[in-house]
Order: sequence, then C-alpha cells, then structure tokens
Amino acid sequence: MNAWLEKKIIALGDGFMSIARAFGQGWLFMLLLVGALPASIVRVSAWIRQLYFAGVLSLPIILVAGLFVGMVLALQAYNILVNFNATETVGVMVALTLLRELGPVVAALLFAGRAASALTAEIGLMKSTEQLSALEMMGLDPFVRIFAPRFIAALIALPLLTMLFNVLGIFGGYLIGVEALGIDTGTFWSQMQAAVEWQEDVMGSVIKSLVFALVIAAIALFQGAQCLPTAEGVSMATTRTVVHSSLAVLGLDFVLTALMFD
Amino acid sequence: MQATRKMEFWVGLMVLMALLGSLFMALKVSNFGKLAGLQDGDTYPVTASFSDIGGLKPRSKVTMGGVVVGRVRSISLDTQTFKALVTIDIDRTFTNIPADSSASILTSGLLGDQYIGLEPGGDDANLSAGSKIEHTQSAMVLEKLIGQFLVKLSEK
Repeated sequence: MNAWLEKKIIALGDGFMSIARAFGQGWLFMLLLVGALPASIVRVSAWIRQLYFAGVLSLPIILVAGLFVGMVLALQAYNILVNFNATETVGVMVALTLLRELGPVVAALLFAGRAASALTAEIGLMKSTEQLSALEMMGLDPFVRIFAPRFIAALIALPLLTMLFNVLGIFGGYLIGVEALGIDTGTFWSQMQAAVEWQEDVMGSVIKSLVFALVIAAIALFQGAQCLPTAEGVSMATTRTVVHSSLAVLGLDFVLTALMFD
Repeated sequence: MQATRKMEFWVGLMVLMALLGSLFMALKVSNFGKLAGLQDGDTYPVTASFSDIGGLKPRSKVTMGGVVVGRVRSISLDTQTFKALVTIDIDRTFTNIPADSSASILTSGLLGDQYIGLEPGGDDANLSAGSKIEHTQSAMVLEKLIGQFLVKLSEK
C-alpha cells in the first residue's frame, strides 16, 4: 500500500515538474526571442525574405478560401433571411461575420497549416542537421539570425492576409448576393456601411489577427527549436504545431470576442 | 540579387494589395468618415437633458426629418436634477437649426435601436456650439406604457 502510494506521489510530482519545465522553457524561449527582436528588425532583407515565404506564398490559399467562405455565407444568409423579407441584410451579416470572427480565425487556421508547419519543419531540420549549433559555433546568435526574422515576418504577414481574406470574402458575398441572387446593390452596401464600425469591427479584426500571429509564430518556432533531432521528431513537432496553434487560435478567439464585443 | 529583387517585388505587391483592401474597408464597407471620426473640427456639440433615455447609447444617430445630422457623443447623469445629460455632436454643415428645436428619443422600427429625432422650431436664433436643447421628450419605455395601460384598465 505504502509503495503504491509512493509511486502515485512520484508520478504526480514528475508530471508537475515536466509541466513546469515546459512552461519555463517556453517563457525562456519567448524572452530570448523578444530580446533578439531589436537586433533583427534592422536586418530588413532577412525578414522581407521570410515575409515572402510566409505571406506571399500563402496568398493563393487565403484568397481562394476567403472568396468561397464569403460566397457560402451569403448563400446561407440569403436562404434564411428570404423567409423574413430581409435579404438586404445579407451584406451586413457577411461583413460582420467575416470581420468579427471568420476572417481572423479561418485566416489564422490556414496560416497555421500553410506557413507555421513549414516554419517548424524548417527549423526542426536545421536542428537535426546541427545548423543551429554551427551558427552558435561561428558566434552568431540563432535567435537574431533564424528565429526573430521569422517571428517578425509572421507578425506582419497574418494581419495583411486577414485583411485580404475579409475583402475577398465580402466580394464573394457581393457576387452571390447581388450578382447571382439579385439583392439591390445600393441597399447591400449602404446597410453594410451603416452596421460596420471602422474602429470596433475592422480594427478589431486586425487586433485579433495580430494576437493570433503572435501565438502561432511563437508555437511554431518553439516546437521547431524543441523537436527531437530525428526524422520522426521533426514530423511530430510539425503535427504538434498545427494542433496546438489551431486550438490556441480557437480558444483565444472566444476570449478576445468576450473582451472586445461584450 | 535577382531573386531577392523578385521577392521584394512580391512582398511589396502584397502590402499594396492589403492597403487597397483597407481603403476598400474604410470607404465602402465601414462607416469610416461618415460622422464616425467625430473630429471636433467637423462637428459642434450641443446638450440636451432627458428624464429617461431608455436604450440610447453613445454613437446613436441624431436625425432631422430622417436624415442623419449627428451622433450622440456621451451620456451622463446630472447629479443636480437627476436627469440624463446627453451631449450630441452635430455636423458642421447644418448650421441653421433653430435654437428652439425639440429633441425626442425615438425607436427605429418596433424593436430597433433608439435614436434622437430633432424637430425644427421657429426661432430666428440657431443652435451653436455648447447650446442646450430645452424641449425634450423622453424615451418610450414599454414597461411604463404597459403599466399605465393596466392602471387605466383597473380604474374602469
């Protein structure tokens, strides 16, 4: 009995210690990352290059997804609102749903799948092939050279992508609502203008996407830096990046919504 | 070098697209600039006190003949009279609203948002920055209305 109890207590202590260790490593990593930002932000060409990989190469999936999300939103909204003779509000519904929730969240999920997984895989492979150690051997800080430029690029890329996602979504809603289903153009836009607040809705969208970018980039870089230096380790770290950042985005979205649109 | 130039070109194009997107958001989608900025230069403040404002909120619209002429800036309680003190920003283009105009709190539709409707008076003097609208009519609160109705019913 005593031995059994002792085993349980040891297991509890071990579990708690490993959680504490993971937290400590995470915070230490963030601290080093933030510390490397000033030195990294002046190396413009380094993070412009990452902005190309994270941002420009994610454009096709973001734009196409935005268009179709807007189109399907308009179609569903129309099918319900036509019962109440309120089809003019389709534009309002599409714009507000996109700006407040779907735009930042779906763009962030796509970004996590398209760009963050690539970040983890890249850094994981660099670690496996000991390129990070080689940099340190040469006296170069991998945080300044490798991590921070990618972090900055993600922080810039996701808000831009989210804005484009929103615009394409509203355009998709316009295509279906006005061009296909015959809602009046004038009321479509004027009702939208009356309902959408620049500061609360449009800027709220940008703030949400900034927070998501921060979390996704931190998770992706941390998982890359922490992965086991094997082929299996890299693949597991990549999977963890997508799972953790998707869950973090969905959870944080609820918190941010509760804070911003009370 | 050539590859870097190409990347920079694409990044620049993406940023440009996003900027155009924000412009589209500002001009076409949101109410940016349409009395939304509330810059002091474009509006002038007037005050009005109501005994009950119902569901009026800051940024509710202020209309005259159905046309939006301003927005509610702030609502506070006057601790002397215990009335609600509403500050309204009126667009500078409407300079000749008579000083004895009356303000009433109305509801758009049966259950819609509440807003302030201005009725023009006949005074030669006009509303200006800091002036107070004297004639006000409070919001119609459904519970009070039902209460009055029930009292009348029971009196019979």
